[in-house]
Amino acid sequence: MPAGYTREIPQRYRLEAGKCKKCGAVHFPQRLACACGSKDTEPYVLPSTGKIATYSVVRVGPSDFMDLVPYVVAVVELDDGTKLTCQVADAAPEEVSVGTPVTLEFRKVNQVGGHGIIKYGYKAVLDRFVE
Amino acid sequence: MVGIVGWGAYIPRYRIKLEEIAKIWGADAEAYRRGLQIYQKSVPGTDQDTATISVEAAKNAVTRAGIDPVDIGAVYVGSESHPYAVKPTGTVVAEALGATPDCHCADFEFACKAGSEGMFVALAEVKAGEMKYALAIGADTSQGAPGDALEYSASAGGAAFIMGADDLAAECLFTHSYMTDTPDFWRREHEYYPQHAGRFTGDPAYFKHIMGAGKAILEKSGMKPGDFAYAVFHQPNGKFPMKVGKMLGFEKEQLETGWLVPWLGNTYSGASPVGLTAILDVAKPGDLILMVSYGSGAGSDAFIWKTTERLKELQGLAPHTRDYLDKNQIYLDYGQYAKHRGKIIMNTG
Repeated sequence: MPAGYTREIPQRYRLEAGKCKKCGAVHFPQRLACACGSKDTEPYVLPSTGKIATYSVVRVGPSDFMDLVPYVVAVVELDDGTKLTCQVADAAPEEVSVGTPVTLEFRKVNQVGGHGIIKYGYKAVLDRFVE
Repeated sequence: MVGIVGWGAYIPRYRIKLEEIAKIWGADAEAYRRGLQIYQKSVPGTDQDTATISVEAAKNAVTRAGIDPVDIGAVYVGSESHPYAVKPTGTVVAEALGATPDCHCADFEFACKAGSEGMFVALAEVKAGEMKYALAIGADTSQGAPGDALEYSASAGGAAFIMGADDLAAECLFTHSYMTDTPDFWRREHEYYPQHAGRFTGDPAYFKHIMGAGKAILEKSGMKPGDFAYAVFHQPNGKFPMKVGKMLGFEKEQLETGWLVPWLGNTYSGASPVGLTAILDVAKPGDLILMVSYGSGAGSDAFIWKTTERLKELQGLAPHTRDYLDKNQIYLDYGQYAKHRGKIIMNTG
């Protein structure tokens, strides 16, 4: 719904995470407290490039994503070591493998029917400029 | 002194060839190719719209400008395919960049010149000293009715420009706008596809307004076509911009760099702005560039840009427009294209 979506805009639109000032752990999305017990965190923006750490091919998707099948959902290891889960856009499953370099792009993730709000966020895309 | 501090473009990877569209409608592909001088057009992904294209183009512009997005005082998005009928595209773009909340925002509409309108206003805001930087974007995921001539050209893409007063890549020397009430192309409320007045979109519309703006800005500046390294005009098809360029006195060599439409299609509000980014990607310091947009309804915005020494430092900081255009395209058949463009009626229950 719009309220929850709006609260998540910093992480979904701008990859805003939190970094523990005490132990340096990065939390995405940002948490109130670190596993080390500290509540002293600072804003931290994740890098938008990384590589595929692991992935799965979705061939029967939920209703919001049925027009995309078959599509890849991957765990992406970003350049700073942070891992996040997202879809891989513009790629057939056979183009994706562990270690493939990716960039996070701003995309529509889903929408609330044909009349509700459009939800935006990040998806991974393969390097489109390789020769 | 005001002008462009950073620029960027974005073009989706998907393409459809003109033959693929002609095959579905029993049309003569060769006649269309000859008539429009278009070979293929870009198509948005099912998860792309004017907002996503604008964000990616703007990120490239911010990277080149090397600025903190919180210093952007205005975000203007020009498009005729804003994702919402009521709710701005610019707020999405500003949030994604990190320019909110102390920021002015507006969505512009004026058929294919909505992008240059944003550029015009952004330059004026900075010139007036109201803000340090203003972001102007022209982007579209334009629609043509199935089987109509527009279906062979309406494409997707966008360009973004950060306007500022210092560290310019290109100074804006002159602007001029030329506008009349000319109903050559329109879309009424709740209608899905636009309509156009056929040949009336030519001489009384496109050519009259681009010639009007082009002649006026050359007279205002005291410059001649031969003074310019490049010129870029609105490009609804391949023929019109080449013809109007020659009518104004420009040579083919001055027009080719920004002439992307044969391989890109008509990106509507993005058309002449994306052409300008392709020029900025390769221009040399001190080059003069003429840009004239056109939007049905009808009007043209003209700009004369002069590139600076800083241009060279910025060209390699973000992907070039030609790379987006030429590398690793994904070609669609008409069935896939229909799905991408939402032309298939689905059960929603």
